[in-house]
Amino acid sequence: MKYGHLILTNLFRKKTRTALTAGSFAVALFLFGILAVVRGAFQQGVEVAGADRLVVVNRVSIIQPLPLAYRDRLARIPGVTQVTFANWFGGVYQDERNFFPQFAIDRETYRQMYPEFVIPDDQWQAFLGDKEGAVVGEALAERFKWKLGDRLPIKGTIFAGSWEFNVRAIYKGRRVQDDETQFWFRWDYLDERKQFRKGNVGWYTVRIDSPDSAVRVVKAIDELFANSPAETKTDTEKAFAASWVKQMGNIELLITTIGSVVFFTLLLVTGNTMAIAVRERTRELAVLKAVGFSDPFVLVLVIVETIVVAAVGGGVGLGLAKLFTLRGDPTGGLLPFFYLPASAIVSGLALALVVGLLAGILPAFSASRLRIVDALRRI
Amino acid sequence: MVQIDGRAAGESLVRARGLGKTYQRGGEEIHVLQGLNLDVDAGEFIAFMGPSGSGKTTLLNLLGGLDVPSEGSVTVAGDEITRMSARKLTTWRARHVGFVFQMYNLIPVLTAFQNVELPLLLTGLSKAERRRHVETALTVVGLADRMRHYPRQLSGGQEQRVGIARAIVADPTFLLCDEPTGDLDRKSADEVLDLLGRLAGEHGKTILMVTHDPLAAERAHVVLHLEKGVLVDTVTAGRAR
Ligand SMILES: Nc1ncnc2c1ncn2[C@@H]1O[C@H](COP(=O)(O)OP(=O)(O)OP(=O)(O)O)[C@@H](O)[C@H]1O
Ligand SMILES: [Mg+2]
Repeated sequence: MKYGHLILTNLFRKKTRTALTAGSFAVALFLFGILAVVRGAFQQGVEVAGADRLVVVNRVSIIQPLPLAYRDRLARIPGVTQVTFANWFGGVYQDERNFFPQFAIDRETYRQMYPEFVIPDDQWQAFLGDKEGAVVGEALAERFKWKLGDRLPIKGTIFAGSWEFNVRAIYKGRRVQDDETQFWFRWDYLDERKQFRKGNVGWYTVRIDSPDSAVRVVKAIDELFANSPAETKTDTEKAFAASWVKQMGNIELLITTIGSVVFFTLLLVTGNTMAIAVRERTRELAVLKAVGFSDPFVLVLVIVETIVVAAVGGGVGLGLAKLFTLRGDPTGGLLPFFYLPASAIVSGLALALVVGLLAGILPAFSASRLRIVDALRRI
Repeated sequence: MVQIDGRAAGESLVRARGLGKTYQRGGEEIHVLQGLNLDVDAGEFIAFMGPSGSGKTTLLNLLGGLDVPSEGSVTVAGDEITRMSARKLTTWRARHVGFVFQMYNLIPVLTAFQNVELPLLLTGLSKAERRRHVETALTVVGLADRMRHYPRQLSGGQEQRVGIARAIVADPTFLLCDEPTGDLDRKSADEVLDLLGRLAGEHGKTILMVTHDPLAAERAHVVLHLEKGVLVDTVTAGRAR
């Protein structure tokens, strides 16, 4: 590219200014990356949701239980092919801050319902054979340096008492976005030990023969248990996850607002900087034109200059964001899915380029419209 | 031949007819040039003189296609540039005009070599060909050993010689120099004038130069004075042909 040095030398003319402008892009794109990660963390449940799974909870509230007897009645509804259930445990391991989700699961059906969690057969057998057995996600095991066979004391909160579990199996997610921070143990053990509400479960998950029958089956389930002491509220797993995210507040709006403000500021700052850079070079640009460089050439020169700064700064920012996520969830368990996907990097870079283009366009136009005789007269 | 009566017979290289330039300033019209005629043949070296504000720069700008006249026409080598579109004029300038400015106007972030190379970027020349042309031009101005230097590492006279190298590197039809020695001390000015003299004499370049310096004007073949918007002939002692 024979014009390359024209752009590069201009960027190196005021190194501090170029570095600061690129730095603004880096900071903005770093923030963009982190916001994308946080958004992804909240959306993770929605993304991984099985299209053919429904979640059945108590109509009053998710913390109200449902009778175990519903299991067989659910299984008989046309379109339902599998039923499993689980219970929130909410115990504390060593310290309140060591939060991770704990589920008491039905050992007969849970594994088939969630094939995205991969467990070696021998480990699964060991889990089935130990009443105090537990299955933990790989990320969770890494976090606390647990190994197979470790004995973990967990203090009950909802279900009072000291509980102890043996790590019998470690599961892996099939996809990167699968949650590897869960802790499962046997529901039958929970039911045996707990003092109240025996024979109840937290919620059911059912598999349907096809995503197309979701609407019909949802209706059938809720009608079946209407006017009973424990009415149900059924949703697709996706809708369930989405409503869960909503309860955390309007994350999406928050992120969009922060992002817009940052990028608007970036646009103004960069636009102003480029306008100054062009004004300083009025004479040189006029000389280029006198020599025979066309107005469109000068236009493109200034825009490309801005875009190069935007791309370099933005690239650095996104790179740092990626590095940051590689160190894992900084909240210690609140955001199990802490990952910057390639799609976010691509859209971040695209955003940086668009901001660069917009910021460069006005100064570039004034540079290209510059009249040579006027510019050369001004000293 | 140089004529200012507008009655030149054959095809001259540069021809201005009835050239006028009027500026508006606060509702008032200022006629800087009015009905100016000029014919310049190839190989001439002309000096324009005149008091400040008489319109010398304005005239050079019109002849070099940097500005458009309010009336009249400019024809160079058969092309009437005053009828060209702005875009065409840009291309024409690149091909036909070499500018030398009083303030040198080199790009400070480019080396002498890169500054001189600028006009060649607009041509289809290969990198090696460009290098050869740049080296030749810098040798002509006596700065072949300063190719890697930046403008701030050169003296004023050297900067101006780089400016001249940039003006001649693409072998233009003519050179337009607006007070090329205006910012230089006597010695540097003489070097630059020697150079311009050689370009006209040995290389047959056509040069139109504006100057305030009588010693500079002496080097030219013809000195023309700009008065009240038209040119007035003054045959100088330096007249060669
Ligand atoms: N863009 C403009 N608008 C208004 N007036 C202008 C403009 N450009 C030039 N003039 C006026 O035209 C006149 C001629 O200007 P010009 O620069 O051609 O003079 P000059 O002979 O080159 O003077 P100097 O010797 O000082 O360089 C001056 O009175 C100047 O003020
Ligand atoms: Mg002038």
